[in-house]
Amino acid sequence: MTTHHPLRELTLARVREFLREPEAVFWTYGFPLMLAVGLGIAFRDRPVELVHVDVQAHARAPEVAARLASRDGLAVTVRGAAECRDRLRLGKSSLVVVPGDPVTFVFDPSRPESVLAREQVNDVLQRAAGREDPIPTADTRVTEPGARYIDFLVPGLLGMNLMSGSLWGVGFVIVDMRVKKLLKRLAATPMTRADFLWSIAGGRLLFMIPELVVILGSGVLLFGMPVRGNLLAVLALALLGAGAFAGLGMLVACRAQRIETVSGLMNAVMVPMWLLSGIFFSSERFPDLLQPLVQALPLTQLNDALRAVILEGASLASQLWRMLALAAWGAVSFVLALRWFRWS
Amino acid sequence: MSLTGVTTEGAAGAAAAVLAVRCRALTKHYPAKTGPVRAVDGLDLEIRAGECFGLLGPNGAGKTTTIEILEGLLAPTSGDVEVLGRRWGRHDDDLRQRLGISLQETRFPEKLTVFEVLSLFRSFYARGQDPSEVVASVGLTEKSSAWVGKLSGGQRQRLAVACALVGDPELLFLDEPTTGLDPQSRRQLWEIVRAFGRLGRTIVITTHYMDEAERLCDRVAIVDRGRVIALGSPAELIASMGGAHVVEFACAPGAPLAPADLAALPAVQGVAASGTETALTVSEPHVAIPALLELLHAHRLELGRLTTRHVSLEDVFVHLTGRHLRDDDASPA
Repeated sequence: MTTHHPLRELTLARVREFLREPEAVFWTYGFPLMLAVGLGIAFRDRPVELVHVDVQAHARAPEVAARLASRDGLAVTVRGAAECRDRLRLGKSSLVVVPGDPVTFVFDPSRPESVLAREQVNDVLQRAAGREDPIPTADTRVTEPGARYIDFLVPGLLGMNLMSGSLWGVGFVIVDMRVKKLLKRLAATPMTRADFLWSIAGGRLLFMIPELVVILGSGVLLFGMPVRGNLLAVLALALLGAGAFAGLGMLVACRAQRIETVSGLMNAVMVPMWLLSGIFFSSERFPDLLQPLVQALPLTQLNDALRAVILEGASLASQLWRMLALAAWGAVSFVLALRWFRWS
Repeated sequence: MSLTGVTTEGAAGAAAAVLAVRCRALTKHYPAKTGPVRAVDGLDLEIRAGECFGLLGPNGAGKTTTIEILEGLLAPTSGDVEVLGRRWGRHDDDLRQRLGISLQETRFPEKLTVFEVLSLFRSFYARGQDPSEVVASVGLTEKSSAWVGKLSGGQRQRLAVACALVGDPELLFLDEPTTGLDPQSRRQLWEIVRAFGRLGRTIVITTHYMDEAERLCDRVAIVDRGRVIALGSPAELIASMGGAHVVEFACAPGAPLAPADLAALPAVQGVAASGTETALTVSEPHVAIPALLELLHAHRLELGRLTTRHVSLEDVFVHLTGRHLRDDDASPA
């Protein structure tokens, strides 16, 4: 028989174990997809909101109401004077129109939608009375894909998934093998430490590729998210990010003796990044005081680089510093993990 | 072992060359709140190439610590270890290629097949056996494509031994390979170990089953509290008891027999009494038993129980320490 290189056999063993564990496959691929769909539905673009305008009861009220109703975006009702004031006060309407001479607009100038409603209603009534606009105008409406919340969200989810997938996929696997004394048994063979650690990292990078396809694919197919940058650049960033977090995973797992210990350590690593690294909202919203910390986190760098390439079409070269920061996180973690690693 | 080394180094070199393992004044201390625990406390061993050597002792005697130091998995606190003429720390890669190891407890990946696990372990060794041959040699051919998670305890233990054999080792270490197995699985494992021994290779096995040591091992070291308290072939150790048989009897409570009277009986080599139970070490039971019965009759004592059996290593251990080997039937003297 032909004997294969240990790195090949070790990696093959990782892939087989992963694929034969339906739960691992679900949490790696199914969960981020569900999250993206759920959040996408929750934050999808809402239709343009109607402006509520009440017309106070008056002989000419029906005529005024009919004119206003012909304009898109206005919801017009005729009501008694007291009811009109109540509705305005409670925010149920933005403007009360009192027909007569002059036509009186009742509104709160501190509410932007009231001010807008006043201008719109005034415009409709003046034109209906015969006002001519001296300059012809035209509207071009923009609701551009790439600038919506879901477009912001998908690269953040991708980064988050690369982080948690790598930390779990590396940290959990190593500690599980230590608990089962399998690490000790492997240490009793001529297997090299490098082959072992590369197989764990390599397995993780392999599982990462379908993950990237699922998340990016759902963004593009379900929500029409544009991918403006080079797909290979996205892949390169994802590999670098997954590799950096694999290094962190090895570091948290290098000595932990129990699954509970490594779970706690992984959460301690991940929770600050969930909060600070701009997954669900921009990390720039944090105060300047916190920014050095926020920017030092590897997930911030990964998310920002992914967004720049995917949404703005930035080149890989323009993300060099972010990539170096990620590589530094990965390399330092890996070297420390190698130094502190315990087989039993 | 190089043959040229034997001719140039002379008789002393030849004596050293046939040793597979030598360790001197081995100690291993673990820190503890009540002061250091001396798991191994000045242990000397010389294991010859080609023999099956047993480390026999109760749980906690230091067997596993000792074997893991020999395997290069633990560093000793002090002492000198030489395995296959090499030393840990200097020749690790070479030693790892030449040793086969089965640890006391290893849980192999549940979702890999028997064959996949063996192929994985085979890939670590520069030379070795074909995984399918090893699978056959441990009687797991039918389970070759079954997941490890579906194997019985005995089958898993045979897989662990197969992983130790797949690199075609010169020296095989087995740490309690049959603990917790049913009698049939134990016998299957003994057969595998014997087959490996017939190739002229060296085996070091730890066990707390005396019958296992008696059946498998050419020589046995009885270990207690981190030291070797007896060393020799099972037959030699048993012979050290003076007689080859044990006659145990119990009398109804009454006027006890004087140990001196019992010792004076023909063919009786030793007397050990505990409560109403008395055990005689006897060279010829057919001579000793009629004399014993006469003595009982003369003292008008009623015989409650009378059994006779061969001396075992358990008797040797009890004789040396006053304690039993196994925790579950421990009865401090």
